[in-house]
Amino acid sequence: MSKVVIDALVERFKDPVQGDGVTGAYEGAGGDDCAFVKRERLVEVCRFLRDDAEMQFNMAPYITAVDYLGQEPRFEVVYNLLSTTRNWRIRLRVKVAEQDAVLPSVCGIWRGANWFERYCFDMYGIHFTDHPDHRRLYMYDEFVGHPLRKDYPLRGRQPLVTELEVPAEPFRGPGPAERGE
Amino acid sequence: MSTELDAIPGIIPTRRDDAIGALEKMVSKGLGWARKYSLFQYPFVTACCGMEYMTLAAARYDLDRFGAALPRFSPRQADLLMVVGTVNCKQAPILRRVWETISEPKWVVAFGVCASSGGFYDNYATVQGIDRIIPVDVYVPGCPPRPEQVLDGIMMLQAKIQGQHHQFTEGKPLPVLGQAPRQR
Amino acid sequence: MSTEVKEALKQPVAPRSSELDAPLQSKRMLVNLGPSHPAMHGTARAVVELEGENIASCKLDIGFLHRGFEKSCENVTWTQCFPYTDRLNYVSSIMNNVGFALAVEKLCKLEVPERAQYLRTITSEIHRICDHLTLVGALGLELGAMTVFLYAIEGRDLLWDRLTELCGARLTSNYARIGGVSRDAPEGWLEKTSATLDRVVLLRDEIDALLTRNRIFVDRTRKVGTVSRADALDLGFTGPCLRASGEPYDLRKAAPYLVYDRLDFDIPVGSNGDTFDRYLMRIEEMKQSDKMIRQCFRDMAPGELVVRDFRYVLPPKPEVYGTIEGVMAHFKLIMEGIQVPAGEAYGYTEAANGELGFYLVSDGSGRPYKLGLRAPGWPMLAALPVILQGALLSDLVPVFDSINMIGGEVEQ
Ligand code: SF4
Repeated sequence: MSKVVIDALVERFKDPVQGDGVTGAYEGAGGDDCAFVKRERLVEVCRFLRDDAEMQFNMAPYITAVDYLGQEPRFEVVYNLLSTTRNWRIRLRVKVAEQDAVLPSVCGIWRGANWFERYCFDMYGIHFTDHPDHRRLYMYDEFVGHPLRKDYPLRGRQPLVTELEVPAEPFRGPGPAERGE
Repeated sequence: MSTELDAIPGIIPTRRDDAIGALEKMVSKGLGWARKYSLFQYPFVTACCGMEYMTLAAARYDLDRFGAALPRFSPRQADLLMVVGTVNCKQAPILRRVWETISEPKWVVAFGVCASSGGFYDNYATVQGIDRIIPVDVYVPGCPPRPEQVLDGIMMLQAKIQGQHHQFTEGKPLPVLGQAPRQR
Repeated sequence: MSTEVKEALKQPVAPRSSELDAPLQSKRMLVNLGPSHPAMHGTARAVVELEGENIASCKLDIGFLHRGFEKSCENVTWTQCFPYTDRLNYVSSIMNNVGFALAVEKLCKLEVPERAQYLRTITSEIHRICDHLTLVGALGLELGAMTVFLYAIEGRDLLWDRLTELCGARLTSNYARIGGVSRDAPEGWLEKTSATLDRVVLLRDEIDALLTRNRIFVDRTRKVGTVSRADALDLGFTGPCLRASGEPYDLRKAAPYLVYDRLDFDIPVGSNGDTFDRYLMRIEEMKQSDKMIRQCFRDMAPGELVVRDFRYVLPPKPEVYGTIEGVMAHFKLIMEGIQVPAGEAYGYTEAANGELGFYLVSDGSGRPYKLGLRAPGWPMLAALPVILQGALLSDLVPVFDSINMIGGEVEQ
């Protein structure tokens, strides 16, 4: 149903000189339509989607990132957008390279995007320009690295306090079977 | 100082040390009895186990029956620290701080497997058991433990408190904030 | 002491004409709330800047319950993710199970049998009632109404007893499976649950009577933490909080899943978007959920619980022991996990607090390549500083409660 939207987007952001802004439209699993957006045109596309009377994408329910380690470009930021008036959903995917993992922030368009972008920074190390509050979201400031990157070890703990010796064999209370009385 | 009296078998021990020892024991027993039935708890609730903690504190399971009714939200007024839920690396310094602020005598219950051992969150964020940060008296396993299990844990803690040595004044120096915790 | 100060001290101080003229201290005060503060549910820290008693600005610091949900899930098979999803919103774990299962099924293009769909709907709605009861109870408790809390917990316990009979655990149910549900309702369960629901209705009505017209409660929640409709959309609100602001968007109607399109229910919509409306929304939704569960009981027919496709679902035990295909399927599922087709999907359902989304990326192996969680409470918590701008410090507690921030899901 949101095929209309994607078609309109592709049509509108055609640019023979610098390459199309929106490419590779396809129908995702479950009926939401998706497309790839060029990083440079992202804010433009989003503003169009929100402000156009036909579209009215008034909410960005979820923004996340994926690390495709070994592929080029490595990261991808995924924008799930929703129009409550039309009941349309689309998904925009933006690819960014590792060396240049910087995106324009969409906080100015949907204020709700704030923490999602902080999450992407915290977990994947993707930076956002013009973000009002560019800090880590979950991890502490002393934490080095970005835990959801595929090359971060699963058990890479960075404790903040020195850890004690753990008792090797704690005293075990009577289990239900041995309880006398 | 030994005299020849010591060598005589069957003599009734009436020495002063023994008498004091017996008195101390009585005091210790009495204090233990008093302390085990008036546990003031500080619930350090972080995660899912907190839901079971709510049930435990509410009407059906009623922790009040064991003398551990009043949750105090100031560590200064508590003597039982209940760590309910997952503690991660960001939370660890706070937990240590809270534990240090509680005055002696104090006891710690690890509520749920996350607090006991990290549970199934064996990853970059989670502390693998709060006993790496503070000493623990009773571990209650379960994810989350059923309230009955926790009541059992509280009863075991009470038995432990009764068996401990209690004094009116602890001859130990006062703890200093930020210092490495003492082992008990 | 510097010489200037010494000089100044030598000078006699000119007496004020009147003590009453002394200027008021106009410094702003910083108050730190949490993370170990009972009103912050243990896991969020708010630094509040106070101008008198009004909140000039507020900053939130979360992550005290970050448990690495996504990373953990990327390292286990698809089926093993279910226990992790339980512990997202721990008050309504079945909804998370179902949401995750639906998202995976979207990727696998599986059609779940009818009875499983009904069971999923029933358990989800029961858990919705549990969630709302907890919220209302906690809201009451923190505004000083202990009775409400005890009633709500009792109602929740009654429902949990029934769910224990169904799935074996009080809280962390682990009930749904990819392609169906894990077990059928035991004999006589439906009648028993109806009876339990009748008792919960009584408790709910009592809570309603205790709070809705209670002067203190109304005074403390009315016109507190108001969010306008445009703001709510802009900030990414979903679920009861969005509907309290007047936007009638509910995924159960807008994009029906399971059997919601067959059920007859209404979407309550508020008008003011304040804390009181958000509370009323919860009470009203409990009524609707109750109605839905009873309709499901009426319409449910016996049938299969899981799809009969051994690429996704463990074969029944007689087949595992009796046939070579059964053994093979069992071995593959256990050792390698479900081979979800490569691709990506965003599955969304209406959980108790709003839209619960899972963004899945599969590379065709037995494990999720990426499992992104869109927690319902996330944008709402992020919006707290905006809502609280200019409010009283004491309003922070009811507002914080009414958006129902659950540490497990928001901080993953
Ligand atoms: S032990 Fe289980 S229920 Fe308790 S906090 Fe840990 S994961 Fe949650």
